[in-house]
Amino acid sequence: MAVALLLLLVAVASVLFHVFSPWWWTPIASNWSYIDHTITLTFWITGAVFFAIVAFMAYCVFRFRHTQGRQAAYEPENKRLEWWLSVGTGIGVAAMLAPGLVVWHQFVTVPADATEVEVVGQQWLWSYRLPGKDGRLGTSNARNISSENPLGLNRDDPAGQDDIVIENDDLHLPVGKPVKVLLRSIDVLHDFYVPEFRAKMDMIPGSVTYYWFTPTRTGTFEVLCAELCGAAHAQMRSKVIVEEEKEYHAWLEKQRTFAELSGQRNTTKAAYKAEGE
Amino acid sequence: MVDIPFDTVAGIPPAEVGEVELYHPKSWWTRYVFSQDAKVIAIQYSITALSIGMVALVLSWLMRLQLGFPGTFSFIDPNQYLQFITMHGMIMVIYLLTALFLGGFGNYLIPLMVGARDMVFPYVNMLSYWVYLLAVVVLVSTFFVPGGPTGAGWTLYPPQAILSGTPGQDWGIVLMLASLILFIIGFTMGGLNYVVTVLQARTRGMTLMRLPLTVWGIFTATVMALLAFPALFVASVMLLLDRLLGTSFFMPTLVEMGQLTKYGGGSPILFQHLFWFFGHPEVYIVALPAFGIISDLISVHARKNIFGYRMMVWAIVAIGALSFVVWAHHMYVSGMNPYFGFFFATTTLIIAIPTAIKVYNWVLTLWRGDIHLTVPMLFALAFIVTFVNGGLTGLFLGNVVVDVPLSDTMFVVAHFHMVMGIAPIMAVFGGIYHWYPKVTGRMLDEALGRFHFWVSFLGAYAIFFPMHYLGLLGMPRRYHDIGETAFVPASAHDLNAFMSVAALIVGFAQLVFLFNLIWSLFKGKEAGDNPWGAASLEWQTPETPPGHGNWGKELPIVYRWAYDYSVPGASRDFVPQNEPPAGLSAQGAHA
Repeated sequence: MAVALLLLLVAVASVLFHVFSPWWWTPIASNWSYIDHTITLTFWITGAVFFAIVAFMAYCVFRFRHTQGRQAAYEPENKRLEWWLSVGTGIGVAAMLAPGLVVWHQFVTVPADATEVEVVGQQWLWSYRLPGKDGRLGTSNARNISSENPLGLNRDDPAGQDDIVIENDDLHLPVGKPVKVLLRSIDVLHDFYVPEFRAKMDMIPGSVTYYWFTPTRTGTFEVLCAELCGAAHAQMRSKVIVEEEKEYHAWLEKQRTFAELSGQRNTTKAAYKAEGE
Repeated sequence: MVDIPFDTVAGIPPAEVGEVELYHPKSWWTRYVFSQDAKVIAIQYSITALSIGMVALVLSWLMRLQLGFPGTFSFIDPNQYLQFITMHGMIMVIYLLTALFLGGFGNYLIPLMVGARDMVFPYVNMLSYWVYLLAVVVLVSTFFVPGGPTGAGWTLYPPQAILSGTPGQDWGIVLMLASLILFIIGFTMGGLNYVVTVLQARTRGMTLMRLPLTVWGIFTATVMALLAFPALFVASVMLLLDRLLGTSFFMPTLVEMGQLTKYGGGSPILFQHLFWFFGHPEVYIVALPAFGIISDLISVHARKNIFGYRMMVWAIVAIGALSFVVWAHHMYVSGMNPYFGFFFATTTLIIAIPTAIKVYNWVLTLWRGDIHLTVPMLFALAFIVTFVNGGLTGLFLGNVVVDVPLSDTMFVVAHFHMVMGIAPIMAVFGGIYHWYPKVTGRMLDEALGRFHFWVSFLGAYAIFFPMHYLGLLGMPRRYHDIGETAFVPASAHDLNAFMSVAALIVGFAQLVFLFNLIWSLFKGKEAGDNPWGAASLEWQTPETPPGHGNWGKELPIVYRWAYDYSVPGASRDFVPQNEPPAGLSAQGAHA
C-alpha cells in the first residue's frame, strides 16, 4: 500500500513540479519559437506516457500485491496487445519527430538575405567581425595570428580590409534582420551560446560552422560558452546587444576596420581602393 | 510456448567433458587470488568496481558541494572541479558500470544460468580481471601525478584535452588514455569468453530461446562492446600519439595560449565520431544487462512469467543493432554537416519503439501478478520509474531541433544520469540483493535494505528530476560556478543547494549498503539454495554457494524456459528449468 502510494506520489509530484516550477526557459528573443513549440509538444506526449506508466505500476502494486492464497495469472504473451502497443508508440514517436524534422529543415536553410557575422572563440574570450561596405568577410588563416592580427585575417585579401573587428568586446545586432553566424575558433572547441536565441553550435579550429537566426526583440543578452574549453570555460562571457537600426548604425560608425587596426600601409591601400571605386 | 519437445533433448548425446581433478585449484593462491573460477573472478571484478565506484561517489560529493555552495569551499578550484567531473564520469561509465555488469554479473551468472561448469577460457578470464585491475590502478595513479588527473571532461575532446589550458595536460591525459587502452584489452579477453560461453557451453536443452533475459542482455551487450570498444581504442591510441609524438590526427592548425603550434591538418570532429561510435553503444552496453536483470527480478518476485518473452529477446537484439546507427545524435551541435541531423534523429527516435516495448512488458508482467515487495522488487520498480523518465527525456535530446537549445546544458546531465546512472544502478542494487544469497549463502538484511532503497530512490529522483529544469532555463553544464548571470534567478541557486544536500544524503545511504554487504556476510540469515523460489538454473545448484564446476557430478538438463511461475496445475508456484515434465524422469532423459 505504502509502496503504491509513494509511486503514485512520484508521478503526481513530477507533474506538479512541472506545472509550478519557477525554472523555465528564458523569454525568447529570436525567430525560433518553433523550437519552443516542439519542446512543448514533446512535454505533453512524454508527460502523458510517464504518468500513465507510473500510475499503472502503482495500481498493479496496489491491486496485485502478495496476499495469502493469491496466484498470479499464467499468460506468456498476447500478440495482439503487443502489436497495438508498438503501433501506438510508433504514432507517438512520429508525432514528435515529424514537426521536429520540419523545424530542423528551417534551421539548416539559411535565408538568402541573411547578413554574415563572424564569431571567433579563443581561450577565453569572444571576438567578432562584421563585413565592411563591400558586404563580404575577408578570408582568414590561423597561421596569420599575431598580437596585431589576433583573428588571423589575410592581409592580402582586399575583401578583408574593411571588415570591422571587435576584439573581446560586445556584439551589436540590428533587430529584425536575419543573421548568419559564422563560427570559428583559433584554439580549442567553443560554443557560441545565447539562451534567449535558442540556437547554438560548436566552433571548431580548422573549420567554419554556422547557424542563422533573426533577433526579434531589443535587449542585452549574455553570451556563454557551451562547449568545455578548459580551466576558465565558465568565465568566457560576452554580450550581444540587439537594438533598433538607427542605434545600431551609430554604434557601427564608431567601430574600426581591420585596415585601421593593422597599420598605415594597409589603410592607405584600402583608402586608395575605396577611391578607385 | 517456446518449448521444444522433450524427446529432442533426450536425442542429444551428452557432449560433456567429465570432471577432471586437474582443473581444480591446488592452493590458497589459485583458489582465491589467481583463481580461474568465473565466480571468484566475478567477485574480484565486483569488489574492484564497487571500490573505484566509492571514489566516484566522493568526487560527486565534492562537485555537488561546489555547485550547491560555490565559493564556500576553498579547497575546490575550477581546475579541480573539471578533474572531478572528468574522473567521476569516466569511473562511473566504464570502470564501474561496464566492469560490474559484464565482469561482475556476467562472470557470475552466465555459466550458472546456461548450465556450464565455467567460462570456456578460464585462464583468459583470469587475465581479463588482472588487466582490468591494472587499468584501475593506472587510473587512480593520475590523482597522485604532477598536475593531477585530466580535466578534459569524460569525452576527452581534443584539441583541449591535450593542450595546456586544460588541467592534467602533462601526465593526467596520458595515463587516462593508457588506462582506457588497458581496460579495453582486459575487457576483450573477458568479452570473448562471455560470447563463446553463451554460444557453445549451454547445457543440454538450454536453447537460445530458453535463456533467461539476464543472459540475453549481458550477451548482446558483450557483442556490442566487442564491436564498439575498438573505436575508443583507436581513438585513444591516436590521441596519445598526438599528445606524445606530435602527430595531428585530431589537431588542425591552431594556437595554444597565443603561440602557433606545430600541429596541422587534423580533424577534431573525427575524434568525436570515433568516441561516440563507441559512446552510444556504451549506453546500451550498460542498459541491456540492466534490462535483462530487471526482467528476471520482476518475473521472480511477481511470481509470474515475463510477459512477451520472445518480443523481449527481439527488442534486446533490435536495440543492440540500432544503437550502432545513432551515435551522431551526441553531435547535433558539434559542427558536423547539419544534414546528418535528419538521419540520426530518425534512427534515434525509432529506437524508442523496441525500448518502449520492453517497458510495457515489464509493467504487464506486474499485471495480475502476485507481487512480493521484496527489496529486489522495490529496486526493479524504481528502475522502471527512473528509466522511463530518463528514456522519455531522451526523446527531447534525440529530436535534433529540440536538442539545439538543450544540448550542453544541465538538461543533458539530468537526462543521462537518470537513464544510464540511476536506472542501471537501481538494477545493480536489485541484482545484488537478489543474488547475494546465492553468492554468499546468506540474505542481506531486509530492514537496512529497505532504508537503503527508499533513500537512494527518492533522493536520487530529487536530485535529477529538478535538474532538467535548470537545463531548460539554460544553465550550461561543466561550469564550476554559474556566477552572476542575467538569466539565472536567485532561486536557481537555492535549487542547486537543495540538490547538493540530497546528493550528500543519498551518498551516505550507500555507506549503509556497504555495511549491510559486510555485516550480512557473517550475520545474515541463512539463505538456503533457493530463497526466492526462482526457476532459473543458477538457483538449482547442488551447493550454495556453488562449488568449483558449479554442478557437482552431472550437468543439469533443461526442459523448459526460465519463467514457469504460477503454472496452472503445478504443485508449487514455480517449476525449475531442470525439473523433468510429469511422466518423464530425469534418468529417462538420458536414455
